[in-house]
Amino acid sequence: MEFIYYFGEVFTPISMLLLIGGTIGGLILGATPGLSPTMAVALLIPFTFHLQPVHGLILLGAAYTSTVAGGAVSAILLKIPGAPANIATTLDGHTMAKNGEGARALQLSFISSLIGGVFGVFLLIFLTPVLAQWALAFGPSHLFWLAVLGVTVIGSLESSSVVKGLLSGCIGMWLATIGFDDMLGVQRFVFHNSVAGGVNIIPALIGLFAIPQVISMFAKGRFDTSVEQIKVQKHSVGKAFREVFGRFRALSIGTITGSIIGLIPGVGGQIAGLVAYDQSKKFSPEKAKFGTGHPEGVIAAESANNAMVGPSLVPLLTLSIPGSPTAAVLLGGLLIHGIFPGSDLFENHPQVAWPFINSMLIGQVLMCIFGIYIASFAARVAQVPQSVMAATVLGLAVFGSYAVQQSMGDVYVMAALGAGMYFLERFGFSAAPLVLGLILGPIAEGNFVEGSMIANATDGIFPYFFGGALNLFLIAIVVLSIGYSLMSELATKREARS
Amino acid sequence: MNYAQHRIASGVILVVAAWVCWISFTQQPAEAFLFPRIISVAFLALSVVTFIKAMLRQTKVGAGLSFEAMKNMLPGLAVAIIYIFWAAKTLGFYTSSTIVFFILLSLYDPSPNNELKTWIKRAVITAGFTAIMYALFAVLLNVFTPRGMFI
Repeated sequence: MEFIYYFGEVFTPISMLLLIGGTIGGLILGATPGLSPTMAVALLIPFTFHLQPVHGLILLGAAYTSTVAGGAVSAILLKIPGAPANIATTLDGHTMAKNGEGARALQLSFISSLIGGVFGVFLLIFLTPVLAQWALAFGPSHLFWLAVLGVTVIGSLESSSVVKGLLSGCIGMWLATIGFDDMLGVQRFVFHNSVAGGVNIIPALIGLFAIPQVISMFAKGRFDTSVEQIKVQKHSVGKAFREVFGRFRALSIGTITGSIIGLIPGVGGQIAGLVAYDQSKKFSPEKAKFGTGHPEGVIAAESANNAMVGPSLVPLLTLSIPGSPTAAVLLGGLLIHGIFPGSDLFENHPQVAWPFINSMLIGQVLMCIFGIYIASFAARVAQVPQSVMAATVLGLAVFGSYAVQQSMGDVYVMAALGAGMYFLERFGFSAAPLVLGLILGPIAEGNFVEGSMIANATDGIFPYFFGGALNLFLIAIVVLSIGYSLMSELATKREARS
Repeated sequence: MNYAQHRIASGVILVVAAWVCWISFTQQPAEAFLFPRIISVAFLALSVVTFIKAMLRQTKVGAGLSFEAMKNMLPGLAVAIIYIFWAAKTLGFYTSSTIVFFILLSLYDPSPNNELKTWIKRAVITAGFTAIMYALFAVLLNVFTPRGMFI
């Protein structure tokens, strides 16, 4: 119950201001098609650089929570999911809106998000210290394998092809080795002055997530993107609350499914909504109503999306393995403030870790309140033309990358990585494993070097890295995750052929 | 078209992987390149697999790049490259950002170019963007951006 002692920090004026700003901004960004939660959080990181770590993380946490929920606004009112996580919401949410029940759909969506989100954050609160205690037993060899596991899990689950996912992870790990070697101070792979000090994580994140979106918008050319927004009629919030609890089956399926999916590193929210929607439909006596504007579809999908947010941070805060691409970006946010997630996070930085987690709890409530009342406004903002969006994101990316170290080199790195990522994405590669490789690369190398020194003084490298139950367990998970993904890929290919 | 493009992309990645591998195994001191050597071997092996799969047409190729998309993105990319690699430093961040924002709006905004209203709207949006960026970065975050000839 340690978290209760740190609630006071969330209610200071600056924290509340950031929490409210992050929530409203996140709702609007989330509602904007093309701006994914990951990209929104990446673009916000430079602003946190000038804040105290706890305040920076409160802002990022609020944005993460509300961008996921905000994506439902455009899914319901415009039939355009704000993020991949909101695809399932479109199925029934937009039909409800077309039937004149837009306000009801939005209220159900935000209330379900609130309940799912609060459940998810409570899981984060109670599971994290337990796992963190367990993680205390981890030595350099285990941490090395954990970093490898993080890259391989995301690499094999996030990409269309396992080989390409792993290759992206390798590219990220190689990028992380550019610059000075920490042990000997030797320069490695410095082919341009801009990377003499290494690839800074924040410009890299901005480039990898924002620039491909900008180029994609350019590629669409001059075309009218205006979409008709459905008008929202008034609906009683109290009735919506009663309805959400009245449809307990859909709510519990969504919440539990989302929480479990969030805990699995690498799976993320993209599939939480779809899996919960599918399960809710299977268990419902009103299966036929799904897809025709059934409230249970919205409740299951949206409770799952937000229930995933808290648990996706459990592996991040305890083992440094992000549960989703957005959690990977949050890891970048933690690292730039000198906070290394892991077993000692709650011992060394409780004044940062607990207020951050607590703020996500309060953020869920604010997200619901603001979501219900500014949904119509957010949907109007979401109709901003692509041309304005592309130019704004480009400007923010340039200013944001420069602001981190006030270096033009960072801007060049951001642009080069972003352009490269756009072309890689066109050929089936994914940014998430590359980012994971970039973030986890130094952790893997640091622990590999430390482990090698210990190994040389003891039994040798092979027994040190490949011996012991925990090492073997982690290696087995690495092999299993790659093997499972390869088998799934082969099965899909066979199905496609037949 | 996609397969041909995919082969080129896989080939480029293979060349980069080979270069990384070569540097890792030829540079000294060896201790500093121990971890990059491990990574580069995996990098090269996976690149070879990707390249072979691309040559044998046994891989998902992604959406690729259509001629239409390339034609559409070219002006925007050219403006972005000039902005990032020359104008931002030479003209100053705020001046170049304002000009680039206005050019990008003019290039990609579907509103009719022959109406005065369109140009006024673009100018107002551009001014709003510059004002917000200035407020955020210069006033709020105190970031000193390159001034160049202007600001």
